[in-house]
Amino acid sequence: MSIQKTTFSPKKVDRRSFLKAAAATSSAAALAACGDKAAIEEFLQRDFRSLSKEKIAKIIERLEAEYAQKYGKAFTVSTKEPIPETFFGYALDLSRCIGCRKCVYACVDENNQSRDPQLHWIQVLEMEKEKGVDFIDANLYYDHEEVPHEGHFYVPIACQHCKNPPCVKSCPVGATWTDSDGIVVIDYNWCIGCRCCMAACPYGARHFNWGRPTLPAEDANPNTHYLGNRPRMKGVVEKCTWCIQRVREGRYPACVEACPVGARKFGNLLDKDSEIRYILENKRVLILREVLNTQPKFYYFYST
Amino acid sequence: MNKFWFKPGLIVLFFVLILFSSLLVIGQQTADKDKMQIQVPPPPLNEDTFPCSMCHGDMETNPERRELVDFHENIVLKHDEENRWCMACHDDKNRDMLHSASGELIDFSESYKLCGQCHGPKLKDWEAGIHGRRTGQWNGEKKYLLCAHCHNPHSPKFPHLKPEPAPIKPGKKK
Amino acid sequence: MKFIRFLKESFQIVIKGSPRYYTWLAFLFILIVWGASGYIQQLKHGLLVTNMRDPVSWGFYIGNFTFLVGVAAAAILLVIPAYIYNWKPIKEVVLFGELLAICAMIMVILFVIVDIGNPTRLWHMMPFLGKLNIPQSLLAWDTVTLLGYFILNCFIVGYLLNSLFYKKEYNKKLLTPLILLSVPVAISIHTVTAFIYNGFAGRPYWNSALLAPKFLASAFCSGPAVLLILFQILKKTTNFEIKDEAIWKIAELMAYAMFINLFFFFAEVFKEIYSNTEHVVHLKYLFVGVGENKDIVFYGWASLIISIVAFLLFLIPKTRKNPITLNIGAVLIWFGVYIEKGIALLIPGFTPDTMGQVYIYRPSITEIKIATAIFAIGFLIFTVVTKIAIAINFEGFNIDTLKRKKATSA
Repeated sequence: MSIQKTTFSPKKVDRRSFLKAAAATSSAAALAACGDKAAIEEFLQRDFRSLSKEKIAKIIERLEAEYAQKYGKAFTVSTKEPIPETFFGYALDLSRCIGCRKCVYACVDENNQSRDPQLHWIQVLEMEKEKGVDFIDANLYYDHEEVPHEGHFYVPIACQHCKNPPCVKSCPVGATWTDSDGIVVIDYNWCIGCRCCMAACPYGARHFNWGRPTLPAEDANPNTHYLGNRPRMKGVVEKCTWCIQRVREGRYPACVEACPVGARKFGNLLDKDSEIRYILENKRVLILREVLNTQPKFYYFYST
Repeated sequence: MNKFWFKPGLIVLFFVLILFSSLLVIGQQTADKDKMQIQVPPPPLNEDTFPCSMCHGDMETNPERRELVDFHENIVLKHDEENRWCMACHDDKNRDMLHSASGELIDFSESYKLCGQCHGPKLKDWEAGIHGRRTGQWNGEKKYLLCAHCHNPHSPKFPHLKPEPAPIKPGKKK
Repeated sequence: MKFIRFLKESFQIVIKGSPRYYTWLAFLFILIVWGASGYIQQLKHGLLVTNMRDPVSWGFYIGNFTFLVGVAAAAILLVIPAYIYNWKPIKEVVLFGELLAICAMIMVILFVIVDIGNPTRLWHMMPFLGKLNIPQSLLAWDTVTLLGYFILNCFIVGYLLNSLFYKKEYNKKLLTPLILLSVPVAISIHTVTAFIYNGFAGRPYWNSALLAPKFLASAFCSGPAVLLILFQILKKTTNFEIKDEAIWKIAELMAYAMFINLFFFFAEVFKEIYSNTEHVVHLKYLFVGVGENKDIVFYGWASLIISIVAFLLFLIPKTRKNPITLNIGAVLIWFGVYIEKGIALLIPGFTPDTMGQVYIYRPSITEIKIATAIFAIGFLIFTVVTKIAIAINFEGFNIDTLKRKKATSA
């Protein structure tokens, strides 16, 4: 019944929506056989940016109910929009990072990544001081008793939130875009899982849910954002969102707070008094793969 | 009634009151601003050993460089130890305070002033919010930590840590 | 109405055949069912059943996709001389080239479907239904050109066969522009497919201006190679006729294409090795291995040596005209380009990954099963449509003979 309401509404039956409905009906019919109304609604759902406020509200209601049932606790799925006059930047102090991977797991706890198959948004690379920033000889799987390891330094990498993001350009369906506060987001319900963006990303920042993601109920973080850390489904791409659910509330990303050496800095690039601006103006800054003109808003710096 | 309102003395009193209260407000505000600048949690002092005067109040100061036994045996100075000993930073008259190189007393809650004497650029970075762990609000109140919250002042080099487990190599089972 | 009658009569042709024909169909059918079981597994558990992972996020499916786009595009190699220069010997076989292109396109579409993580969301990338990120996304462009090419070829072939069946002269004013249009569209499908890879600035192995020309050159080898083999088989097993002259001409064109392909390859190797930047690591991975990892070195050299041998076989007129060496050459070219597109192009592009890590990718059993099923579907469709085309072209299957048959039986 609800399909008829949403797609054959008598108000607007233009050719486009008719075609949409026609194509959708065949597959929808198959789903309807299962009697799963929510599945049909989800199947017919359009991309986030073209949804009306009312539709979004309905979707959020559906998702919150679904998650509450699945994880046995109340979930909030925020759709909070960017704060005006905000353009985020991130800085990481390479002279401080000791490679302890605390950020990696703080991120997993905050952002509801799949535990099995394991999915990490932050990759910490160990590099040799003698060779400098050199990816070919970098080691992601280092396993020492203690860090930092003699003669080595560490480069944690997650989404660089490029101003000129090759991933966004490559997406065939426009399921990923840059919001006005500079966060590159993904609509998990519009992503078809073609993985073009993963091939396009020069930083290995995008990760695919190869299997059905698992998230133990007791570990689930119920404070979520639609474009961020809400539980994902199989077959979609995800990546760091700078903890969109936190930073749009004025908080710091989880990794910033978790870093035991204070190597991680975050703030508003438009605020000339912000920490991030201080770093850009006073420190030696390194941009990964600068030659590609991706223009990351993630800056590596050396405080000493 | 009307006459009551127009008494000159009362009017003067009224203005004086306004003047006073505004001064109070301004004073309060400047105090707040100073506090806002560097708001830190209380220093990481141990109830068993602080206030120092509990024990050291009437104890003779021993400036001898030595291995500490009986008390403070866990303190091994590894912080420019060739040139310094306890009283380089701790005040020998007011045992519950620190002192700067020029002898000014410094409270433990402002120990960064002491550290900043040698580590000027670090202090500057810390004040700017660059050095040190960042919590709080990126667009609001920022929470600072004192140097001593992260660095052991007697051995400030950051300790090595056991890293969290390495990611599972793709294609390998848990 | 007329076209429906044509389809109906054609169906009669399709269901009747020799025991050998039925056995072949049964064999393909078993392969399809076997592979479909793999796809059911994949639908259930996701792409986890493949061996693709984050570091190598495209694998066997997209390798086959790329190869088959080349095969589909290569039909134009036969269309150009046949229609534009009206070169008789080839004209007879162009139709079969186009049929192959259609089947290749079906396989191409199937390989895309099995590769995407959310096949139910496929409508998101359908023109008019979904939301195509044009002009930004090359995959969106590829969708449009591939669909366009597919529809165009289906129309041309359907119209031609229908006209032949009714013994009508086809409408040249309609068909010639469409055929002319199919030439740039064919070039564009392979160019745009190459541009998908080419456009990734962060993948230096693909980020070379020679990629699209190399794609076309290799497609002009592999497409006709597939056709040459198929023609030999059809000639042996059916009433299909082809002049030796046509085969030699195709082989000669392939030799030129292979020369260009090899020349481009050496130009790229020179650039990488002489400049010796950090980007050379991908080529190293293909030909000498990186550290302990030498998994694809064999394929790298195999593809190269096979291609050179095939080139020589096609270059020398004596071996080109000898049916045995010609067929060996065609099979070698097919293998060479298949390895090149499936392994040598794809895998080193992803290995080492952007973070310098090496993940050894080998297709899983499920990937092989699913790919086999798709090839079986392609072969099945090719068998069926070829049977109709042969009946019309060489066995006098048309409206007149049908009428005569009915008259005699009545």
